[in-house]
This record gives sequence, structure tokens and C-alpha cells, in this order.
Amino acid sequence: MPSTEAARECPTPMNDIRDALLVARDSQHGLIRRPVSPHIGIYRWPITMVASILNRATGIALSAGSLLLVWWLVAAASGPQEFATVQAFIASPIGLLMLLGWTASLFYHLFSGIRHLLWDAGTGFAKPSLNPVSWLVLALTFVATVLVWFAGYMALGV
Amino acid sequence: MAPKLEKIVVMRSQLGRVRGTGAAHSGAHHWKAERVTAIALVPLTVWFVIAVLSHLGAEQPAIAAWAGRPWNAALLLALIAMTFHHMQLGLQVVWEDYIHGSMRRDAAILATKGACLLLGLTAAVAVLKLATVAQ
Repeated sequence: MPSTEAARECPTPMNDIRDALLVARDSQHGLIRRPVSPHIGIYRWPITMVASILNRATGIALSAGSLLLVWWLVAAASGPQEFATVQAFIASPIGLLMLLGWTASLFYHLFSGIRHLLWDAGTGFAKPSLNPVSWLVLALTFVATVLVWFAGYMALGV
Repeated sequence: MAPKLEKIVVMRSQLGRVRGTGAAHSGAHHWKAERVTAIALVPLTVWFVIAVLSHLGAEQPAIAAWAGRPWNAALLLALIAMTFHHMQLGLQVVWEDYIHGSMRRDAAILATKGACLLLGLTAAVAVLKLATVAQ
């Protein structure tokens, strides 16, 4: 038999002072733990959520990658030595990794952007198509990225 | 007895309704500009990826000659203008979503616009140099 009234009423013991903020009374005036909305750490991420977050994330990544484009163009306009420096950076491991990320981001943002434009035109909102099209955008990104890098591999013959 | 229909009170001036700007005071310009630049970027991006792929391993003279040709230079300038305009519009929405406090938010947006303008102008000047100065 619990010794205090609070311990008798509360469904779970309060071990932390912050638990006081999560306790409320139900319609019978009994103490209950308030239901807490799950945050993203708890959710199993729906693919539509992944698709939406990736669109923004790749947009930000491409913004950073635009520095590489500007550097490349400026180097091309500056001379052979400057251009060789950029080419050497791109061919380095970190450069190749950045270029791979840039390629994948570009294709994802492109395909996802086309999807957004179709949404803006009023199509593509049907519930059954949302999950498959999210996967389709990911699959197209993967295929396009692999194709481009395969073409590059073949062209350079390395 | 049928319920009496209530008159809907629109708490906006007629001028405000005509302008269609709503609470944001800015209308749909930002939204439209983001879409228009996106539509332009679809073919421009595909062209650029194919162009880069067909010049893999090329040295600077070949790239400079390619970028200097009028059609390529024009498409590069269009790509640069659309990319940095779209980038600035998109990053603005990100800052508006995540930065609280109008001073810090506006400072971030202005800094982004300034950086995008300078980056775009730098890239454009590089292309114009390739297009006008004999390589």
C-alpha cells in the first residue's frame, strides 16, 4: 500500500523535477501523465518527409557548391595555371567527394523540383502516388548520378 | 427552423483585396520568381551537365574556347543569373523559417542577397571575359 496520496494517484513515479511539467489531471481528477507529441527523434520517418527535407538540404548543399562553379569559371578566365589548380583540387579525394555530393544534390533537387512544379500545376497530390513518387525521385537521382559518374569514368579512362 | 445564415465579415480593405497581398504585404512575387527560375534551370542544368561531361579532362584553352563561343557564353550567363537568383530566393525561405528575430533574420537575408549578387557577377564577368577577350 503506497504511503502518500501522490504516490497512490500518480501512474508512474516522478523521479525528475521536470516530470512535474508532464503531469495533469484527467476528467476523474486523477493524476495522469500528459501525452507528449512525438518529436522527429521518435518518428519512423515517412518517405514523404525524407523527400521534403532532402529537397531543402540539397538546395543548401548546391548553394555551397555554387562556390566551386564560380571558382571554376574564374579560373578558366584567368589562365592555364589557375585552371590546373582547380582541376587538381577537383581530382583530389576531397574534391571528388564534393563533386559526388554536388552531382547527387543537383539531380535530387532537379527531379524533386520538377515534382514541386507538377504540384504547383495542381497534379500529383493523390495519396496513393505520394510514397511511390518520393521513391521514384530517389531512384532517378541514384541512376542519374551513377550514369554521369560512369560516363566520366569511361571518358577519362582511369 | 433553419439556422440563420451569418454574414461573413471580411476584415480587409477593398484595395487590400484587389492587391491580394495578404498579411505578408508582399504578394506572390517571391513564390512566382522561385518557380520561373526553377523552370528555366531545368533545361539549363541538363545542358550544363552534358557540356561538362563532353569536356572531361580538357585543358584550360579548350574550356576557355568553349565557354567563349557566343551561344555557350549566353547559356552560361543565363545559367548563372537563374542559379544565383533561385539560390537567393530559396535561402531566404530557409532563413525565414529558422532565424527568429527580425533584425538577425533580415541581416541574414540581406547578406545572402549580397553574396549571391557578388558571386553571380563574378561568374558573369569571367564568362564575359572568355567571350570577349581573344583566347
